[in-house]
Amino acid sequence: MKYSHEFRDWEIVQSIAERIRGISNRPATIMEVCGTHTMSAARFGLKSLFPDGVRLVAGPGCPVCVTAQQDIDAFLALGNIPGTALVSFGDMLRVPGSSASLEQQRAAGVDVRIVYSPLDAVDIAAREPEKQVVFFGVGFETTTPAIALAIKTAAERDLTNFSVYCVHKTMPAALRALLASGEVMVSGLLLPGHVTTIIGTRAYDFIAEEFHVPCAVTGFEPVDMMLGIESVLKQLADGDSKIDNMYARAVSSDANPLAKKLLDTIFEPCDAEWRGLGVIPASGVRIRSEYSLFDAAERFADIIKAVPVAPVSKCLCGDVLRGAIQPAQCPLFGVDCTTSNPIGPCMVSSEGACAAAYRYGGS
Amino acid sequence: MTQDDTRRVLLSHGAGGKIMTELIESVFLANYGSQNVTGDDSAIVNIGLDKIAFTTDSFVVDPIFFPGGDIGRLAVCGAVNDLLTAAAKPLALSVSFIIEEGLDMKTLEAISESLREAANEAGVQIVTGDTKVVPRGSADKVFITTAGIGIVLKPDVSGSAAKQGDKVILTGSLGEHGAAVMLARANLLENESIKSDAAPLVDIVLGLIDAGCQVHAMRDPTRGGVASSLNEIARQSGVSIEIDETAIPVNPSVAAACEALGLDVMQVANEGKMIIIVSPDDADRALEIVQSRRYGKDAAIIGEVGPAPPSRVLVRTAFGTSRILDIPAGELLPRIC
Repeated sequence: MKYSHEFRDWEIVQSIAERIRGISNRPATIMEVCGTHTMSAARFGLKSLFPDGVRLVAGPGCPVCVTAQQDIDAFLALGNIPGTALVSFGDMLRVPGSSASLEQQRAAGVDVRIVYSPLDAVDIAAREPEKQVVFFGVGFETTTPAIALAIKTAAERDLTNFSVYCVHKTMPAALRALLASGEVMVSGLLLPGHVTTIIGTRAYDFIAEEFHVPCAVTGFEPVDMMLGIESVLKQLADGDSKIDNMYARAVSSDANPLAKKLLDTIFEPCDAEWRGLGVIPASGVRIRSEYSLFDAAERFADIIKAVPVAPVSKCLCGDVLRGAIQPAQCPLFGVDCTTSNPIGPCMVSSEGACAAAYRYGGS
Repeated sequence: MTQDDTRRVLLSHGAGGKIMTELIESVFLANYGSQNVTGDDSAIVNIGLDKIAFTTDSFVVDPIFFPGGDIGRLAVCGAVNDLLTAAAKPLALSVSFIIEEGLDMKTLEAISESLREAANEAGVQIVTGDTKVVPRGSADKVFITTAGIGIVLKPDVSGSAAKQGDKVILTGSLGEHGAAVMLARANLLENESIKSDAAPLVDIVLGLIDAGCQVHAMRDPTRGGVASSLNEIARQSGVSIEIDETAIPVNPSVAAACEALGLDVMQVANEGKMIIIVSPDDADRALEIVQSRRYGKDAAIIGEVGPAPPSRVLVRTAFGTSRILDIPAGELLPRIC
């Protein structure tokens, strides 16, 4: 496969591994911010190529995982309104709400549809005008432009039966909160390649300037991952801290202007609740009032307000997401909580740290 | 009654993964499982001195016509390949239809033609059947159930018979059926021309048996993919299996489709592939025989049955690292990003 084979080349990976071993033997804890990094490291068994003392911890970059329980419950509650179709990406289907998952609700008769693109949800709304079609807007900057496009398209098509329950998050604010909390000691960060294609590397300059943590914007193939780790370890050895772009074939220092314009048209920043991290100021987006017709939180405000406060779960996904513990340190891991009977979102999502650890073994 | 009355059957219960195994064990086997239930794809029934392999399979594919095949071809191949896993020569099939009111008669004719062609190719006869029509909306176009019998040519070929040192042969490239159907359903990557691999593997399996190859276990990796099949064999035989990821044939378009959809090709369904666990002494000869057959050209030895820990399937990656190959939990789902 073009542009994939090259980045899975055994010899290149080995040669980078060798260079990494030559840099230093200082211990380092590197946070892979993105869930796809987590999965890639596990799938290719990369951890065994690192020098002793260099370890990866998962960060808050799995969109399913960081979605607050309350938000999942609220979306599920919308399914009880007669004539509503709940539309979602596949990842969300099996995530447990406080009382049921979307998959269980579907079996109980709720109209649940899984789509590949938010525009498919707009098409459903156009095709089925008698239905109220609600899309679950989950994800980071990588996903948000597609949702913005869906809302814009629905507006252009004068649809009155399409809305988005928007729980989108933005990455830089979460990283700031995480680093400022002082709770998580990381030596360096692998920054999420795909998010950065949208926001540009400059969005992270504050990490190097204020927190002096070495960072590498990193792609998702084994060669990419190894280059990212090499960059972070080199910066550590040199006492340097910068935002090193190791994914230059896709990422530039500036934001993608088309996406940025679209995002600014449809969304505005807002405070957002993250599972495990709590409410972080200006770390989410909400739909601007000009487009409030497409905001499920406005349209169904009464129902969402009536959703009971989610009970506290025994699951430690929150700690996993902060990088405070490894998945296997959760008492539920592998015992009560498995990929076929997941309790927390980190076990459900294909990008979740717990699912990666459970599926691929290791720690 | 149990304490939990809200339990319902989920789509994941039919996806060939862990949740399906749990359902089969806790509901079906618990209620009517016979003592002879083995976990293999075909049951073995002793009739006089003969051993008869007996299997059944239902087909509910959407869309019913897809690149490389249709529900009719699938229905024959599924039953025939299940019989072959027991080293049985397929003899006769039944075909039962559940048809939704209003189905285009031409569609039914096309499916029937396809059933005939696949049965001819496999050398089996369709000897009996049943027809039901249900009101519009009570079924999705057409569902087909096939059952088949075959005569066992080599006894004791079973998922429980894999031995340490055995080689694992895969008869061709992975994921084509699952990818073709998923892409057809979503209208994605239309230019990639991925075709379902649906095929009856009679000449491959009978060829191995005729040649006296010491085949110990076979499984056709349908739903749940090779991940499920290998785990089943490892569990049934109480062995570990180690797979070399670089040896697994995957067509580049399928690999691209799986990357795009965020799927693991080892969990994607095949309908014309066989995993063959064979004694190491016969492995090279068996591979040659498989490769000489129409549907086995891309066959490869992909791994071997290893020592402990039992019931585990390990994948050696291109980087010399290894990881556990897990069974898919439920439905295969496309990802957010």
